[in-house]
Amino acid sequence: MSRVIELAARNLARYWRRTLLTAGLIILGIVAVLLFVSVSGSFKSVMVGQITDAMLGHLQVHRKGYVASIENLPLNLNIKPKALEKIEQALGTMLEIEAVSPRLKFGAMFSNFTETTSIRLNAIVPEREAAAMPGLAERLVAGDLADGLVEPGKLLIPELLAKGMKVKPGDTVVLVATNVDGSVNGQTFVVQGVLEAVTGPGGRDGYLHMDDARSLLRLSEPEVNEIAVRLTDFGQVGAVSTRLRDALAEIRNPKGEALLDVHTWDQLSPFANIARMIDLLDLFIRIMLVGIVLIAIMNVMIMAVYERIREIGTIAAIGTPPRRILALFVAEGLLLGLVGTVIGTVLSLALVYALNLWPVSFAFGRQVIVLAPSIAASEVLWIGAIVVLVAVIASLQPAWKAARMDPITALRHV
Amino acid sequence: MALVEASRLAKTYQAGDVAVHALRGVDFVIEPHSLVVFVGPSGSGKSTLLNMIGCLDKPSGGRITVLDTDVAALDRAAAAAFRGANLGFVFQDFNLIPVLSATENIEYPLLMVQDWPADKRRARVRELLDAVGMADQAGKRPDQLSGGQKQRVAVARALATNAKLVLADEPTANLDHDTAFRILDLMKKMRDEFGTTFIFSTHDPKIMAAAEVTFTLEDGRLRDHPGGAQ
Repeated sequence: MSRVIELAARNLARYWRRTLLTAGLIILGIVAVLLFVSVSGSFKSVMVGQITDAMLGHLQVHRKGYVASIENLPLNLNIKPKALEKIEQALGTMLEIEAVSPRLKFGAMFSNFTETTSIRLNAIVPEREAAAMPGLAERLVAGDLADGLVEPGKLLIPELLAKGMKVKPGDTVVLVATNVDGSVNGQTFVVQGVLEAVTGPGGRDGYLHMDDARSLLRLSEPEVNEIAVRLTDFGQVGAVSTRLRDALAEIRNPKGEALLDVHTWDQLSPFANIARMIDLLDLFIRIMLVGIVLIAIMNVMIMAVYERIREIGTIAAIGTPPRRILALFVAEGLLLGLVGTVIGTVLSLALVYALNLWPVSFAFGRQVIVLAPSIAASEVLWIGAIVVLVAVIASLQPAWKAARMDPITALRHV
Repeated sequence: MALVEASRLAKTYQAGDVAVHALRGVDFVIEPHSLVVFVGPSGSGKSTLLNMIGCLDKPSGGRITVLDTDVAALDRAAAAAFRGANLGFVFQDFNLIPVLSATENIEYPLLMVQDWPADKRRARVRELLDAVGMADQAGKRPDQLSGGQKQRVAVARALATNAKLVLADEPTANLDHDTAFRILDLMKKMRDEFGTTFIFSTHDPKIMAAAEVTFTLEDGRLRDHPGGAQ
């Protein structure tokens, strides 16, 4: 077998320009795929990390129908304390859950005493929100969180609002909100900090302490309307959400209907569609790679067989078994695929390393994303294996033709 | 025992609507250790006959046995195996493998056709290189050798597997007369040294005079041998 490989290598070297061109195409394809996979993977992980670590969490629990009307931030679909207790109990039994943050979302009017605008607010229990959303503090662009995520009587406001209303940390502002019974209440707050606006639902919300929200909304009971859940392992989102749905299905309203809904982050964020588009592009670029390798190698092997018809006739005439002739040409395709894969992979890894040494950043909406591309070894091996396999498949037809060639016809070929 | 025996051997090709009778019922016998030449003008059937002896082509009629084997009955793989085990070939255009040196070309059938161990392979190649007088050119590739040198390597390659029969279709056609005669002398020497039978074809009268047994083919028939006897 080693002799077949050696002979195949010599034949490739014989037509070195063509070999170089074909290997170059494969290298280009591999580099394109690995770079795209690593860069798009980095973009996805940055965005998903930001969405899940700073806004949504991995899972959320709401009253049924709340998510459908979330744009209005209704207060008549709040989870009552009794149901909240049951939910907390159910969540407490699941070891995969790292932290849980109950929230009360509502809309209010925000005034700096000269201008008024609307604001979406999240009332939180600071310690629990900090545990469930470790990335939230990183969004702070002005102010101080030394005494907790949000102190009583204070507000965290989105950057756009702060700029538009010319408000800075330390300023006093007024929030006016409509209570669940339709009455209106106002309360003054001090701006504690300004948060960077990020893409996705909740990316331009303000934050205040849960006690302040209850006071502002004049809630007699500690109600919430959203429970954000953080898992120990992001990869278990699907499995845990299924189990959680089953566990929470027991909590029912007085009519005996299931009271709660569980949503995963991708059901709540429009970025999930962008992520799916990236996955689709990823698939297309892989298909293109397969096409490039298939066509390039098939072309070069068809040419190789055509140019060496007399040589094939000679080796067939002197008794070379057809399977060895087949192996000889398949080995040429295999070597081309292997060389292209190895060089392409090394080049890609070097480029990925360089992109980490000199990071590339770009604006995505109002955010600046800094890419840190990386690629799993399994992904590299998988792509390499596909390329080598396709190279072998592409050389099978020409090799089969060579092995089946009639020696007399081949020897007569001019 | 005859090495090759043909009886009423016929071959008809179909060229469009026209049937071309390349061989028209040829009978002959070739004994072992002989140096046989088939002569005749172009289109007389020499190459067709050699192809059938070499299990590269099958007759349309009659029967041919090589080493007591009905070679027409062999399928593709069996014919390849038979050629690899018993026959050697020398071609008009030498047909050496361009990427291999003289040594490696001679070694090729030992490695790719038969699986000889490395030490036996090396010894056999050395023996053949000495025998054909190419020991000093062993490392050269075909494009670095003259026509005569290439044909010497081709003869050595044909003999590498201890072939009992070597078939050479116009082996001297691309060589000058001096070189052609040297190749013929080499074939005789190899026949004497290794006991191999050589069958070759030519249309060069000077070359045919050097052969020990001559069959003349004309229009698909053996001349002066209407019954096909030697």
